[in-house]
Amino acid sequence: MPYNIVVLLKRVPDTESKITIRDNAVVTEGLNFVLDPYGEYGLEKALQLVEQNGGKVTAVLFGPEEAKETIRKALAVGADEAIHIVDPALEGGDAGTTAQVLAAALKKIPFDMVWAGKQAVDEDNAQVPIRVAELLDLPHVNSIIEFEIGADGKSARCVREVDGERDVMVTILPAILTAQQGLGEVRYPSLKGIMGAKKKPITDWNAAALGIDPSSVGKQGARVEIIGLEPPPARPPGKIIPGDAATAAKELARLLREEAKVI
Amino acid sequence: MSNNVLIVAEGKAEGLRKVSFELVNAAQQLARDLGGAVEGAVVGNQVGAWAEQLAKTGVAKVYVVDNAGLENFAPESYASALAEIIRAAAPAIVLFGASGWGKEVSARTAAKLGWGLATDCTDAKIENGALVLTRPIYAGKAIAHVRAKSFPVMVSVRPNIVPPVEAESPAAPIEQIAVTLKEPRARVVEKVENAKSKVDLGEASIVVSGGRGVKGPEGFAPVEELADALGGAVGASRAAVDAGWIDYTHQIGQTGKTVAPKLYIAAGISGAIQHLAGMSSSKVIVAVNKDPDAPIFKIADYGIVGDLFQVLPALTQEIKKLG
Repeated sequence: MPYNIVVLLKRVPDTESKITIRDNAVVTEGLNFVLDPYGEYGLEKALQLVEQNGGKVTAVLFGPEEAKETIRKALAVGADEAIHIVDPALEGGDAGTTAQVLAAALKKIPFDMVWAGKQAVDEDNAQVPIRVAELLDLPHVNSIIEFEIGADGKSARCVREVDGERDVMVTILPAILTAQQGLGEVRYPSLKGIMGAKKKPITDWNAAALGIDPSSVGKQGARVEIIGLEPPPARPPGKIIPGDAATAAKELARLLREEAKVI
Repeated sequence: MSNNVLIVAEGKAEGLRKVSFELVNAAQQLARDLGGAVEGAVVGNQVGAWAEQLAKTGVAKVYVVDNAGLENFAPESYASALAEIIRAAAPAIVLFGASGWGKEVSARTAAKLGWGLATDCTDAKIENGALVLTRPIYAGKAIAHVRAKSFPVMVSVRPNIVPPVEAESPAAPIEQIAVTLKEPRARVVEKVENAKSKVDLGEASIVVSGGRGVKGPEGFAPVEELADALGGAVGASRAAVDAGWIDYTHQIGQTGKTVAPKLYIAAGISGAIQHLAGMSSSKVIVAVNKDPDAPIFKIADYGIVGDLFQVLPALTQEIKKLG
């Protein structure tokens, strides 16, 4: 049975990037932006499910105009169409307002399930998809590493990883599902995929299209706000312990016990 | 709304998790500054023992939802139960542990109540009457200072940052909150054994990690032996995970887990930016690497330039001698 699957994606700096901060903001110049890695796992699972069962994958990305390039990557690996929520009036909020915006978008799209990353690797909130589930009165399963659709086609069995343990969860569909690393290897776009992506539709939605009052979201609607940003504190220089393995190990054990007092 | 701080405890079969005691400590200063009290919340099935344990940590009161419907984890049911407690307690601040459980349940509960939530904070204080938080973002490559615009608000606090309360206090009163739970649409039906994770990485006070230098799956043996001797957990770099030598659940880094143990030992890990992001807030860092120019030495407190296959077993012996 075919499935309409929506994948919530985010544009983030590549994890190999060094983050530089100037005037309480991340310097974006020269940063390499990519699809959020956890969202990418979700996208891969969505593509596999549609390959096996038929249906359609719709990528939804909330972010600035520059994110069009990132959306094209999702289309290039196989998403059928994309919706770009792009409106400066909606930007600058917190996890709560982001969830409101995405929930408003999802009300306009028919779906059987929604995939997202368990967190985005920039702000590490780990809140948005779960909040979306609550706002839409849907169940959610977080941090999924194995997923299969139930025999009835209307439920799913998920293995998920949390706090060093693994659980099997069963959910009724539609549901909000978040992907954890381990869900599967992601694919790279083929040349054909990249060419094809240029012809696939990207629809822009702004606050008006979503029927959202901008003052209820973005900077004004946010309940928590970032008031400063700084690099992490530098660590003081350490010491290299000389000697052969046995000597150095003995000295290290002594230092850890007597100087650092951690063992 | 009161001026109280409510902490949401979490437990496992043996009792409350360590992070619950850390939350009580974190809440005490906030409550003093707000002129309120610290109260605790416990939710689950047959969690009377957890409630009694929490009641002796110095909190003024413990709210409990003890309900058969919470036997197996179900996000909707847990959020409903907590929302009932929060409505009854009417706190200014709710603190969760930023464990996997705490992050998940806090997000669903915050959305249910329409509250703001700051995730995985390493510091929380009251400044000019407002709650100001510190939270590492980009897995620690940047530190954000965050302000809650108003109360009430929720916060999840990173484990291992604040010391746990230790002294036992006289037992505080325990109030049962009755709830009617709807049948949840998503729930846990079974636990799967995960042989390798003897100690939860997120809460471990000591982590020993292996990287490309362990050279293969069997190379993790000396890493595991040292971790066992120290009572710590085993971590890994992305290179070791990508090579298929160890399960991804051990990965430390920007994709993977962020940890802040009191002791982090990196063996055969060069120190790629994305790995450093996940562990550089550890209290003490030890690096063992053959390459004296490896970037990991720049952030290590103690370094040994040498072969991990010689250094780690020697260190394991020394640790066992120290007892």
